[in-house]
Amino acid sequence: MRELATVCCKRLSALGGTVAVVVAALALALAMSGCGGSKTPTEVVLVTHDSFAISNDVRKAFEQQSGLTLKILQAGDAGEVVTKALLTAGNPEGDVLFGVDNNLLARTLDGDVFEPYESPGLSDVDERYLLDPRHRVTPVDHGEVCLNVDKRWFSERSLNPPDSMDDLADERYHGQLVVENPATSTPGLAFLLATIARYGEGGWQRYWAGLRANGALVVDGWEEAYTVRFSGAAGSRGNRPLVVSYASSPPAEVIFRSPHPKEAPTGVIEDSCFRQIELAGVLRGARNEAGARALIDFMLSRRFQEDIPLSMFVFPVNRNAALPPAFVKYAIVPANPLVLPPEEIDANRERWVDEWTRIALR
Amino acid sequence: MDANRPALTARSWRVLAYGVPLGFLGLFFVYPLVAIVVRGLRGTNGETALDILTDPLTREVVWFTLWQAVASTALTLVIALPAAYALGRYRFPGRSLVRALVLVPFVLPTVVVALAFLAVLPERLERGWEAILLAHAFFNVAVVVRVVGTFWASVDPRVSEAAATLGAGPWRRFREVTLPLLAPALAAAAAIVFLFCFTSFGIVLVLGGPRFATIEAEIYNQAVRLYDLQAAALLSLVQLAFVALAVWVTTRLERRLAVAGQLRAERDVLRRPRTAGEKALVAGGIGGLALFLALPLALLVERSLAVGGGHGLGAYRALGDETSALLVAPWEAVVNSIVYAAAATAIALVVGGLAAFAVSGPRSGDGRTRVLDVLLMLPLGASAVMLGLGFVIAFDEPPLAFRAAPWIVPVGQALVAIPFVVRIVAPTLRAIDEREREAAALLGASPGRVRREIDLPIVSRALAVAAGFAFAISLGEFGATVFLARPERPTLPVAIFRFLGRPGELNAAQAYALAVVLMLVTAVSAFLVERARVRRGGWV
Repeated sequence: MRELATVCCKRLSALGGTVAVVVAALALALAMSGCGGSKTPTEVVLVTHDSFAISNDVRKAFEQQSGLTLKILQAGDAGEVVTKALLTAGNPEGDVLFGVDNNLLARTLDGDVFEPYESPGLSDVDERYLLDPRHRVTPVDHGEVCLNVDKRWFSERSLNPPDSMDDLADERYHGQLVVENPATSTPGLAFLLATIARYGEGGWQRYWAGLRANGALVVDGWEEAYTVRFSGAAGSRGNRPLVVSYASSPPAEVIFRSPHPKEAPTGVIEDSCFRQIELAGVLRGARNEAGARALIDFMLSRRFQEDIPLSMFVFPVNRNAALPPAFVKYAIVPANPLVLPPEEIDANRERWVDEWTRIALR
Repeated sequence: MDANRPALTARSWRVLAYGVPLGFLGLFFVYPLVAIVVRGLRGTNGETALDILTDPLTREVVWFTLWQAVASTALTLVIALPAAYALGRYRFPGRSLVRALVLVPFVLPTVVVALAFLAVLPERLERGWEAILLAHAFFNVAVVVRVVGTFWASVDPRVSEAAATLGAGPWRRFREVTLPLLAPALAAAAAIVFLFCFTSFGIVLVLGGPRFATIEAEIYNQAVRLYDLQAAALLSLVQLAFVALAVWVTTRLERRLAVAGQLRAERDVLRRPRTAGEKALVAGGIGGLALFLALPLALLVERSLAVGGGHGLGAYRALGDETSALLVAPWEAVVNSIVYAAAATAIALVVGGLAAFAVSGPRSGDGRTRVLDVLLMLPLGASAVMLGLGFVIAFDEPPLAFRAAPWIVPVGQALVAIPFVVRIVAPTLRAIDEREREAAALLGASPGRVRREIDLPIVSRALAVAAGFAFAISLGEFGATVFLARPERPTLPVAIFRFLGRPGELNAAQAYALAVVLMLVTAVSAFLVERARVRRGGWV
């Protein structure tokens, strides 16, 4: 009997010990997570992707003007950010989400992630950037994915660079192009969409078969395509003078090179440009909804819009925002870029990418 | 009453040794992973589980993942063992430095090294499995050199010497004496390398090109690109099943192969190489490894200096300036990395150290312990993508609202470091001769005192190695950190990644410059741990 009692007690105290440890851990966790209860919010949280950037003084300007601390939450690329927003719809990680683009828009709207908000700042924004009539999302910037050309490479060889994307299947440009895989890269997907927008459902397949036959190289990401394979990136040992990148890449080649070259060493093929619009929205279930609206208003203001080119290397949507001199001089804003409706992209994306994989890779 | 005291102490010790690791893993690993998998499996999009699992593409991905992981592990062992032998048997000038430097490749972000590598790789090696295997070996030799080398240095050389006097040749002595004694450490190191290669992501993407994909890469594709959580959840279960099987086999092997007895302090084991043959072996083992590791590292240094059309220190000078790539000056990432890594190391040593005692104790044969042993390794082989998503939905509400807490970063890093602590410490603990413990107990020592005076001195050596590893892992950890770190406090790998994603010469050079800084921080901290280890007298 005594024996049994001891065994029981041992078991019990062992269990008690484990419980105590777990309870202690939880208590500690609670204390550290600092749930302060409900009081007036003093901060607004912006959930965004890795490429988001803002100058310190612009950030301070918002904080002074709104009386709120701006907290920025960056974790992953736009796809990861949207995935997390969909998973946490209704109980979001922050108040505003920025970084949804036209490729991801339909999926995000289907997931009921946003609360509609029509910012007064929209009066300064062109109609063509408005993708949702219900204003669940607000356009903030646009960037164009374009074929970039290493102008110096061609002039050193006294050759003419291609001036239209139609030329790329031409013999003369054999083995000169590097593109990103649309299954793994955002600019890669944009360029595939560009070819679909330009050559249509019936024609893009033939175009890509031509590129493949002409020795186009497919790599997985922009980093490899641009910094390793492309000959025009500073310091690169790449040997391909044509690459899929952005309309803002040529000014970057000037700004980040010392001494600044007189002329941009690279340029873009204008008819290949595909428009990407980046949008922001107030997250449904935001803890600080008023702060979220104030942040969206600020993102459309000239102060923020004029900071966009040099911090994120895309273009402002506010028509009154002035471009920095380097952009005026070295960048072109394509007048009539290629576009596809977000619903069409969402409905066909997977099929297009699968078909592309068969044509360009297998 | 007094007679009961030791038993009580033993019991509370056991509760601690099982309870802390189980509680930690349960809360920060099992719970978020289960949450995201359940969420994924609940949603359906017309496809059945069977469709996804029997898809030929899935089979192809699983097969590639499996064979490349096995081949990479074998290659890593072949390249690393000669150096492990040299470090485990001989004393020579610069030995501590070599042990510190070997850790450097292990912490580097895979994408930076892969990109630097691509620039010099001969064209025919590009986009092939050969480059993938070589890169896996490059990153993982540190595991074999340090885990096996350290264990080797505590194996009593007199056993082998006795065999020699009995007429056994060197090959036979290696096969029949040394190898069986080393087997547990070999199994442990191979298990870790296998898991790293099995879940490899960045290397396969960059060096393999679009033709190759591991299960992890496909999980990312399904979850993030296609938002098909059901497929992602199923694939992560497939991955976890393979990982659990591999861990179960190797931990069994490790236990089965453990030969108790004859562990010695390093200073009694190491000696200078005497004969010309021994000297050649040491020089060959260390020199060969150095050549293999030096080329990619030298490349990183060269790339960090490439600015303004020539070479210079411009990128390093710019590390103090404000940049659009980060919200803080880049040098602050160095401080953040060190602080996070120190916290993660402390967590990993406490949780992993306790777990090592639990899985190597007298009850190590029973089912519960085996489950714990396997569970401890799983964070290394589980899908980082799914775990990251799991954190977001599992820790979203009080009382578990930690997804935005700053301490969640070292916790995530510690999840990856704990398996190392366990795998390094447990084989040493098992090899302690039980008779020594029994003798001490017979002389009246309490279990606590037995642990303190018999186990701890021998184990502190392994703990030091484990601490070095845990620190290095946390410094270099990217998968969990990028999901959890706040932008005001980026770590070095996060900062490197941000610079790499921007066009322009200076941005690229700064990414490589930060990689070089990461190399230096790793080498210096590993060297300091080495020195502390050598200097403390006694057993250590």
